[in-house]
Amino acid sequence: MSTEASVSGSLRRRLALTLIGGAAVLAVLMFVAVRNYAVQVAQRGQDSILAASVTSMLDTASLHDDAVEVDLPYAAFAMLSTPADDRIFYAIFRDGAFLSGDADVVLDPDARSIPQFQSARVRQTAVRQVSASRTLIGADTRTDIQIVLAQTQDALSETLRQISRNAAFLGLGFFALAAGLSFWATSLTIRPLDRLTNSVTVRGPQDLRPFTKPVPDEMAPLVTSLNSLMTRLDQSLSQSEDFIAEAAHRVRTPLATVRSYAETTLQRVDKEENREAMRAMVRAIDESSRAAGQLLDHAMITFRADHLEREDLDLVALTTDLVTRLTPIAEMRDVSLSVLAQGKVRYSGDPILIQNAIRNLMDNALKYAPAESDVVIAVRSEPHIQIEVVDQGPGYPANQIDVLTSRFQRGENAGDTIGSGLGLTIAQDVARAHGGDLQLSNKAEGGACAILQLS
Amino acid sequence: MRYLAIVLIWFWAGLATAQEWEDRKVFNPGAATKLNIISSTDTTIFAPLIEDFLADRPSVSVEYWVTSTADIDQRLRATPEAFDVAISSAMDLQLKLTNDGYALRLSGVEHPAWAEWRQSLFAFTAEPATIVINRAAFSGQDVPQTRQALIEALRARPEVFRGRVGTYDVRQSGLGYLFATQDARASETFWRLMEVMGGLDLRLYCCSGDMIDDLTSGEIAVAYNVLGSYAAARIESRDVLEVIPPADFPTTMMRTAFVLRGTAEPDIAKAFVAHLLSLQSGDAAPVSQLPMLTTKDGTAARDTIHLEPALMTFLDALKRRKFLSAWEDAAIQD
Repeated sequence: MSTEASVSGSLRRRLALTLIGGAAVLAVLMFVAVRNYAVQVAQRGQDSILAASVTSMLDTASLHDDAVEVDLPYAAFAMLSTPADDRIFYAIFRDGAFLSGDADVVLDPDARSIPQFQSARVRQTAVRQVSASRTLIGADTRTDIQIVLAQTQDALSETLRQISRNAAFLGLGFFALAAGLSFWATSLTIRPLDRLTNSVTVRGPQDLRPFTKPVPDEMAPLVTSLNSLMTRLDQSLSQSEDFIAEAAHRVRTPLATVRSYAETTLQRVDKEENREAMRAMVRAIDESSRAAGQLLDHAMITFRADHLEREDLDLVALTTDLVTRLTPIAEMRDVSLSVLAQGKVRYSGDPILIQNAIRNLMDNALKYAPAESDVVIAVRSEPHIQIEVVDQGPGYPANQIDVLTSRFQRGENAGDTIGSGLGLTIAQDVARAHGGDLQLSNKAEGGACAILQLS
Repeated sequence: MRYLAIVLIWFWAGLATAQEWEDRKVFNPGAATKLNIISSTDTTIFAPLIEDFLADRPSVSVEYWVTSTADIDQRLRATPEAFDVAISSAMDLQLKLTNDGYALRLSGVEHPAWAEWRQSLFAFTAEPATIVINRAAFSGQDVPQTRQALIEALRARPEVFRGRVGTYDVRQSGLGYLFATQDARASETFWRLMEVMGGLDLRLYCCSGDMIDDLTSGEIAVAYNVLGSYAAARIESRDVLEVIPPADFPTTMMRTAFVLRGTAEPDIAKAFVAHLLSLQSGDAAPVSQLPMLTTKDGTAARDTIHLEPALMTFLDALKRRKFLSAWEDAAIQD
């Protein structure tokens, strides 16, 4: 079954894109807003200077004997000087009739005393123009003076160009900052998810405890569902372990009975072919009994691995004790067992589990070791705490070495050697429960080498 | 008949506006490309600049037309396509022409901002208006160094100066009008001087040249607002005349040039203006007798009449009418 999740999109990417897209839209909006505002302000600036100029011009208008005099102040045009040397056009009218100035300037018939601004064209050039008028009252006349003043907008365009450029830089800067922030915010938002993923990943295969670390509100339903799934899984697992243990137990007792009957019958049978059948029967019973025992052990180890009961112990003493206990069996097979260790190796672990693991490794070695050979058990504390069991048997099948630790997996060369296929599984589970691992290899000079590494 | 009438009217109008040219000279005649320059500067003074320009351009010929500043303005407005480059001492008229769109923008011509306008109108001299005296009339007397001192000198000996003071007729001369309006703007002394001179049967001239002729001959003793450069350029005048830049305030004109927008030879016209500016910018040895425009330090920028739109103020018809009537009241006292 594939463990790869089917992926559709990415939260991080979606979040980042949304934020960056939003920032881009905001940056463009800001650019447009700043530019429009600048246009208004700049236009207002030019308008107010035009208004001041035209007002100062109107101010000098006077009536002398029914003749209009307009004494243009020098400042009226001087104040219109711009860095871009903008062109100026003007015309003075009396009651709508042209008096002086530029004949191309057209009078807006609605010119009022309040300056009116408009964009127009004079001499094929776009200009901003202001129209204003003033009423002059003489002895017995009343006349209106209108002045239209126009100016090109080169300096204004230059200013706007600069402002646009600055606004563009501002927008880009804002966008870059917002993009950076959105990446940061995205990774900050995704981080609890990563943390949860990480804590799920690093868990041991047996660890089905609920997650208790605090998570953000939005992730609470996910963790709650996960926890409930784990609880159900745990329950179903322990139910099946219980079932296996119960089943093994139930099988072992009748098997012992059957075996004793078979032994007794073997004594009584004389015919060689019958005896052979009986022996095969006893061996099969032994194998079943051993398998049941191993299943029980495995169930026990699975349970204890979840609730390690650590004690301070000396691995050398523990191993020596085991060797002493197994020596009679070894002698029956003409195999010599020896322990290689210096002083004590202190370790804090579950003695029952470790004993069980070493026992399984030694059983394996004894089973496959040929007669008149040595099985050496080395206990080391450097560079790692490890127990190495080496025999002079046929070794592990090279192509299976990676899968031998799976449940019920037996080596191809096991032949009729009694075994359940659980020994190495148990040893590996124990090693992993203690934060280590089981390493299997073959010696160059022949023989299997199993290293139970603890940490 | 109608066509004939139109032709007749056109012909008559042409005759009416056509004024005799003061001078006209073709440089490098017969070359393929021809540049028409309309100018208010005397040919003898300006010729070295044209010859320098043509020195390494054998394929270019220049026709140099000389007329008064006011006439330049009228001719350019009537037939702008007839000329390629306009050179004039009347800064206000030149600026107005540029403002009204007759000038071509010359990109890439480097010139200080105060000496150009719209990258179209370029100044290439700085020439102060001066008081020029005939030394003989002031022998044994203090030479007036300011306008006020001139007023006092004229008042002290009216019998010597009656009918022997001269200045521009500002109604005819564009440059005279520019000087007069700038003087009037700067100080009330101008009006007092005009009244004093008007009281002494002021003689009015159209051009600097005539004024200097009369000064040299002793016909008049004092001329006001004459271009010093013209007086200094006359070899025969040097011992007779003294050129006095007024110490109270300077009125300094900048001669300006622009390329007409409708020119058929924009590249050569532009090259001519650029060459003119480089010759007159003060780095190289002087080619002509025209004063240099020193662009390096700030003195020229400070003292000269500024190239700015305000120059157009006194060109306004109403303003001009008012100014001329005030000037006539002061200067012409019959």
